[in-house]
Amino acid sequence: MTDHEAIAFVLHEARLIDEQRLDEWLDLFTEDGRYWMPLEMGQTDPILHNSLFYDDKILLRIRIERLKGAKTYSQKPKSRCHHLMQAPLVERREGGEISTWAAFHYVETRLDEQTLYAGWARHTLVVEDGRPRIRLKRVDLVNCDSAFGNIQLFM
Amino acid sequence: MTRDLATVRDLVRETEVHRDVYTSPAVFDLEMKHVFGNAWVYVGHASQIPAMGDFTTTTIGTTPVVMVRQGNGAIGVLINRCPHKGTRVANEPCGNAGRFFRCPYHAWSFRLDGTVAAIPLPGGYENTGFKDSTAAQGMTPVGHVHVYRDFVFARLAESGIGFEDFFGEGLSSIDNMVDRSPVGKLEVVGGVLRYLHKCNYKMLMENLTDTCHPMVAHESSAGTAVNVWKTMPEGTPRHPAVEIYAPFMSSYQFYEAMGIRVWPNGHGHTGVSHSIHSDYSAIPGYFEQMVAAYGEERAKSILDTARHNTAYFPNMTVKGPIQTLRLFKPVAADRTMVESWTFRLVGAPDRLLERTLMYSRLINAPTSPVGHDDLEMYERAQDALHADANPWINMQRLYDPGEEAQASAVANGTTEWQMRNQFRAWKALMREAAP
Repeated sequence: MTDHEAIAFVLHEARLIDEQRLDEWLDLFTEDGRYWMPLEMGQTDPILHNSLFYDDKILLRIRIERLKGAKTYSQKPKSRCHHLMQAPLVERREGGEISTWAAFHYVETRLDEQTLYAGWARHTLVVEDGRPRIRLKRVDLVNCDSAFGNIQLFM
Repeated sequence: MTRDLATVRDLVRETEVHRDVYTSPAVFDLEMKHVFGNAWVYVGHASQIPAMGDFTTTTIGTTPVVMVRQGNGAIGVLINRCPHKGTRVANEPCGNAGRFFRCPYHAWSFRLDGTVAAIPLPGGYENTGFKDSTAAQGMTPVGHVHVYRDFVFARLAESGIGFEDFFGEGLSSIDNMVDRSPVGKLEVVGGVLRYLHKCNYKMLMENLTDTCHPMVAHESSAGTAVNVWKTMPEGTPRHPAVEIYAPFMSSYQFYEAMGIRVWPNGHGHTGVSHSIHSDYSAIPGYFEQMVAAYGEERAKSILDTARHNTAYFPNMTVKGPIQTLRLFKPVAADRTMVESWTFRLVGAPDRLLERTLMYSRLINAPTSPVGHDDLEMYERAQDALHADANPWINMQRLYDPGEEAQASAVANGTTEWQMRNQFRAWKALMREAAP
């Protein structure tokens, strides 16, 4: 994977979320992939300290199926979201893994409310079956320890 | 709109309550004064402030307070307001004050019991009668503090009901959570999840013992988890999160049979005989530790107690079997800050804490599908309650006209008795003089 391919992949990944092509999005993760949103600045432990998200693929699948559900009342009407991303930087290559870093603003909206979040996305990518896949997507919110209302979609 | 206490009490009937108790700022102000002023309210856990000068900041109702470890090892709770100009003295969620709190505005400093230690340029107060002023008393301590097995409660009022009388047998749920540690000790760890709800805090309290909603409101989350799990290949190891989600989809009969217990002063719990927490997988090594600590019979009795939610009136709940505590902090009639705290069972395997944190993250976080299901219902109610056509909320399910005479009871697990119990306690406190 070239730097250019890694950068294009990260931008494409955000676009899939914004377009709510979430089955395609889930398919970007490796089978042992994780989506992690820490609760604390600089958090190192996702197991014995809590997080906002620390989802494996099954938990992500449950969320995605739930969002589609006919009886998912918190999605009547549905939420929408929007990413504005800085060009990702390739930070590290090690043992077949490529790590990228990108600052972003993210808006989640439902009914008459629009909420702005800001943070940094760190992707750990690997090549599987000839295509890039996400082993870890870590999302650090600048206000990770703030009180929040519902966060229903993915950043 | 002003309200007097007698007309506010009329908003609560035996089996229905007027929506103004959820929507009216005037009623909210009276609640802060009379309910939160006279009840014993949870302020924190002793493990958060192990060393002298350690403090945490919180609120009792809407009153800002600071909980602090004093020099003699005792725990004090002070109103978090400088007696001079009213500035909040301790500003961080937690920290260490050293030997003195120091107001950042004019450098008045206070001992850890709140008394004045020093004021700059003291000569300016000579011959002014300052010694007799309210300000000279320092930071005001709350009326009373009681530490029960490291859980710190405070009552703002100087006189009123005692701690043991207020909670009575309800303390048994705290006992069960603490006893689940082989050394009988809990420690707050894992961070706090803070979830802002645009609804009245009482909706959360009532939902604690609302056992007719999980299979409906949570079909979207728990039902989906069950369905996704069914698509996994046979022999896939039980997923710990599915183990947490799936019991929410239990039948009405399951919830009816699990039972609800009510206690005096508005406390009560779901899950008398069993609960959604009964069937979690055993964590290797834990039972053996418990047997070594307590003996087999007592260990079994502690672990077989699977109480679901214990509601501590007016705004706290614990889940012993999963070691979580939630505090519903009232902000305004239509705003509540929900804090989810998690405990390590000191001496027990880390995998118990791992499960506790996963539970809290999946069920009680701003990112939790189960949380989304519930908050949607509360917020829809908070909005639609403004309809004048029917201003009453019904809580009549399994009502027994003789129930008020029974201080404690066990009833069918789908009764709304505990909701009525909370409102009876609320009504009793909405008086000029505390009972």
